[in-house]
Amino acid sequence: MFLVKLLIRNAFRHRLRTLLTILGITVAILAYGLLQTVVTAWYAGVNGSSSTRLISRNAVSLVFSLPLAYQERIRHLEGVTGLTYENWFGGVYITEKNFFPNFAVDAKSYFTIYPEFVLPPEQKRAFLLDRKGCVAGKKLAERFGWKVGDTVSLKGTIYPGTWEFVVRGIYGGADKSTDESQFFFHWDYLNETLKKTIARRADQVGVYVIGLKNPQSAPEIALAVDATFRNSLAETLTETEKAFQLSFVSMTEAIVVAIRIVSFVVIIIIMVVVANTMAMTARERIGEYAIFKALGFTGYHIAGMVFGESLFITLTGGTIGILLTFPVAAKFGEIMGTFFPVFQVERATLTADIVFCGIVGIIAAVFPTWRAVRIKIADGLRRIG
Amino acid sequence: MALPLQPQIMVSLNAVSKAYQRGNQPVLVLESISFDIIRGEFLALMGPSGSGKSTLLNLIAGIDTVDSGSIVIDGVDIATLKEAELARWRAANVGFIFQFYNLIPVLTAFENVELPLMLTSLTKRERRDHVEAALEVVGLLDRLEHTPSQLSGGQQQRVAIARAIVTDPAILVADEPTGDLDRVSAEEILALMTRLNSEQHKTIIMVTHDPRAAEKAHIIHHLEKGLLTDVPG
Repeated sequence: MFLVKLLIRNAFRHRLRTLLTILGITVAILAYGLLQTVVTAWYAGVNGSSSTRLISRNAVSLVFSLPLAYQERIRHLEGVTGLTYENWFGGVYITEKNFFPNFAVDAKSYFTIYPEFVLPPEQKRAFLLDRKGCVAGKKLAERFGWKVGDTVSLKGTIYPGTWEFVVRGIYGGADKSTDESQFFFHWDYLNETLKKTIARRADQVGVYVIGLKNPQSAPEIALAVDATFRNSLAETLTETEKAFQLSFVSMTEAIVVAIRIVSFVVIIIIMVVVANTMAMTARERIGEYAIFKALGFTGYHIAGMVFGESLFITLTGGTIGILLTFPVAAKFGEIMGTFFPVFQVERATLTADIVFCGIVGIIAAVFPTWRAVRIKIADGLRRIG
Repeated sequence: MALPLQPQIMVSLNAVSKAYQRGNQPVLVLESISFDIIRGEFLALMGPSGSGKSTLLNLIAGIDTVDSGSIVIDGVDIATLKEAELARWRAANVGFIFQFYNLIPVLTAFENVELPLMLTSLTKRERRDHVEAALEVVGLLDRLEHTPSQLSGGQQQRVAIARAIVTDPAILVADEPTGDLDRVSAEEILALMTRLNSEQHKTIIMVTHDPRAAEKAHIIHHLEKGLLTDVPG
């Protein structure tokens, strides 16, 4: 207790210097936490993907579609427990700044294959009954103030025209990692309209989502799907949902790597700052350490004082940084919700924050401790006065 | 009829030498110093600057080590003790009084005096009793919660003396204890040290430049260029 009291008082002996160091650590931990959360958010789609789903798309490119007729042949493959399909619609709500993902989906099967999108039963019924109905995620509805029964118009970019929908349901996520910023409407509505306007684009789906009984059977089923349509006009490329999501993320891998590097550089910089503070502290107190040693305190006691003070400073800054990470991340997620629909501070990030604070505190204290412990009492006392 | 008590040798220095390295050159600071100190004695070491008196004090106090010779204190040759043993020995046997008081500025007078007791197994209550007793001896019981910056030089030195005596060591070593004080404060400190010597029978070894301070000692040793020049018979 005495030692704790002593090191806290010592830490604040140069109040401004200590406060600035703590502030530096706070900012570093906050920056590290946010950058790591950005990386996590980048992979949110990958992390949220299910191992019991396969995605089958056109082997040439995602921009090419697949015939609707494939669905029955896929459905009858062994190990397939369910099937749904969707088209990326790419509609714009009022202006392009209001971007959100919107899909035409097979209303009957979609929410069975994606149980993480939780829709109240009566809203699901209402959605199924209304061909022009749509379902919006909770965050999306909050963002634009939509309520059940509201009419929403999207301007088509891939499918020309203005498309009107009635909000029939608002889904929530089964857990925190579920994206609540998406928009779904009836594929049938899209298809029927296309039949009347651009008939050649009708009866085409963007991707098939295949439900599996057993995740272990995913490779065989993926091969079976692709073999079924080999040498057809629209060959398929079937992969796990995770691999499908990763193919998007891999396009931006360099950015993620850069963010990761910057977050570690921030930690290294603050380590140098704390080491400098502790080195100055130890240099100023060499005489005092000599007094402690003269009174009978050992090198272990001195090491405890220097390490304790260093850890106190880093952990104080770290704790403030961690506490600030939550509100700042929430605000950041709110502002950047369009790009990062799932922006959650992960427990692993917090653990890393604490571990880094500890490591910085320890490494910063090593050299000053070595000096303080090695000082000869007579030499240390000579520096006083 | 009671026999008079035989004077008992407490500290015995035998051919103590010490050199420091200055660049590549060894500089002899103490050369073959030998003398004894009787238990309960008040001894002053005098000499010009650089004569080796502080070095000799440091050697006796166990905060520096001899190059050759031996220092035996209460039967223990402290030159043979390892660092950790020497630290324990110092904590139990030596009280330090420095020229610049050397109090820890972030601790109160009470806490400064309590510091050496943190190395003992005393309970908090016992520590408090010891600290209060020590501060009472130096007349600063009303300054328990004051930090060194809130005390005058003389008061700080009295706190330092309380810290030196709180573990009840047999020896007090004082390096220019009045060197940073005005005359009145210096007189008070010397009176206090004299009282500790006469009433509590502390063996005091004091380095001083000040002849008035040295007058308080029973014995004065003079050092010059590392040699003892005045050994009383």
